[in-house]
Amino acid sequence: MSAGSLLRALVRRPVLALALAIIAGVFACALLAPLLAPYAPDDQIFDGLSLDGAPLPPSAQFLLGTDTLGRDLLSRLIYGARTSLLIGLVANGTAVMIGLAVGVIAGYFSGLLGGVLMRFTDLMTAFPALLLAIVLAALLKPSLWIVAMVIAMVNWVQVARIGYTETRSLSERDFILAERAMGAGNLRILARHILPHLVPTAIVWGTLGIATTVLLEATLSFLGIGVQPPQPSWGNIVFESQSYFQSAPWLVFFPGLAILATALSFNLIGDALRDLIDPTQRGRD
Amino acid sequence: MALLLARRLLQAALILLGVAAITFVLLYALPADPAVLLAGRNATPQTVANIRHQLGLDLPLPVQFWNYIVHLLQGDLGRSFNQKTAVAPLILARLPATLTLMAAGIAIEVMIGLTLGVIAAVRRDGAIDRLVMTLSFVGVSTPQFLVALLLLYVFAATLGWFPMSGYGTPAHLVLPAVTLGILGAGWYARIVRSAMIDVLGQDYVRTAHAKGVPAARVVLRHALPNALLPVIAMIGIDIGQFMSGAVVVEAVFGWPGIGQLAWQAIQQVDIPIIMGVTLVSALAIVLGNLLADLIAPFIDPRIRAG
Repeated sequence: MSAGSLLRALVRRPVLALALAIIAGVFACALLAPLLAPYAPDDQIFDGLSLDGAPLPPSAQFLLGTDTLGRDLLSRLIYGARTSLLIGLVANGTAVMIGLAVGVIAGYFSGLLGGVLMRFTDLMTAFPALLLAIVLAALLKPSLWIVAMVIAMVNWVQVARIGYTETRSLSERDFILAERAMGAGNLRILARHILPHLVPTAIVWGTLGIATTVLLEATLSFLGIGVQPPQPSWGNIVFESQSYFQSAPWLVFFPGLAILATALSFNLIGDALRDLIDPTQRGRD
Repeated sequence: MALLLARRLLQAALILLGVAAITFVLLYALPADPAVLLAGRNATPQTVANIRHQLGLDLPLPVQFWNYIVHLLQGDLGRSFNQKTAVAPLILARLPATLTLMAAGIAIEVMIGLTLGVIAAVRRDGAIDRLVMTLSFVGVSTPQFLVALLLLYVFAATLGWFPMSGYGTPAHLVLPAVTLGILGAGWYARIVRSAMIDVLGQDYVRTAHAKGVPAARVVLRHALPNALLPVIAMIGIDIGQFMSGAVVVEAVFGWPGIGQLAWQAIQQVDIPIIMGVTLVSALAIVLGNLLADLIAPFIDPRIRAG
């Protein structure tokens, strides 16, 4: 696909173009935070609070207002993009890898090993995921990496099921049987013929899953058991200012909007990728 | 049918046993020691040891697990570390609040979802259709706390139409139920739309149109009932989700349901309550799916025959 036809395709789908622009913006914020942020994220600015110590609403000096400690909200949101994307990429990348490994092994070695792995996956489906994440995050000492691993442990299940189904149907196809008849070993078949076919699935879930991950991180941080202040995360900004939301609604609204825009964009792009890979599903669920 | 039911029940029981085992292992492998927490900061090692002995935490893990399962089979979920009462009644006391919120939330989801889904399917590729498809993603991309706090800000703090938090009157129910309902409705709309598009393309629908049946009647009486199956399945999934997944909404609105109980227990490392809630939630997930499977044959007789 040439750049021109890609551009034309995006003009026809303005929502998708907007989603791509938002993701590009979030990546830019994460990578260039020190350049883009007008203030340091944990700088308690001298005139960042009103005379009676309340956070300031959006103004020319503080574009999105200040928080309860007089820190610039815009700067905290820009640095928060780092946290969200880092956790999104690490946690979801891990989840996709675990899911694919479990799914492919269970699908390919469909005997005892496969049976055990898939029963375990079924078990995890019956596990209340949010509750599990909350329990783990609350009882372990919360840090960025712990939060990422907790999310990965909860989110691999769906990928495992899809990977399993696809591997099952692949491994009964004629070209795999032919390979095996010609003496190819399991490792070669897996690496050369099964895994490459799963790349599209991995890309779709790698994108859709980031949305789930960003939301889960925000929820855990909102409950105070995710990323810990003063390190800014979109969820913990709301957690810190929750009790002021009546007098300073911008402290809830802007971080919430950042989470919504990011998760929505990843979902829309993931959905569009799924359509590309499997056009028969276009416009379906 | 009876055999199928028996098999599904056995499967459900095995899954619950597995959930119990995983929860047990997870909670006892964690660094937080409930005996130390219970004893308080100034406790002597002797006090801690006594508490550990009282709770049976000094027994070997397999013995603890065996005791746990035996009690479980007798309907005994153990005793709360902090509240010194049995866990099962604590959870039962929270059940009405959670079930009320669940019923109201699902009702809102289904009402909005059916309406939007049917309109989108009938006017396929129109403006409403495209809007519904995008909105369905907005629903699953929005953090619950954002909607909850915004609704509180507008309808409770500013307009004063509804109370800020609490439980007891229908007015208390509105905002939490609407939070859950509008966020879930988009996905229902998507499912209804997809099922309706399938059904609307079938021959019998064309026949009905050809016979001159009014369009609204074709859609609502001929097509819609056949598109309800995925909705039932979705409600089954939702029952499981709402049992534990309403932690955020219950926390924001001070709704005294199971989610709030779990949230309080987690902060106090009250392991028996956490395990109890996890098990009850898993039970709800399994039962929700089972329920959907059992209702399906009544909606679609083809499943009964097959």
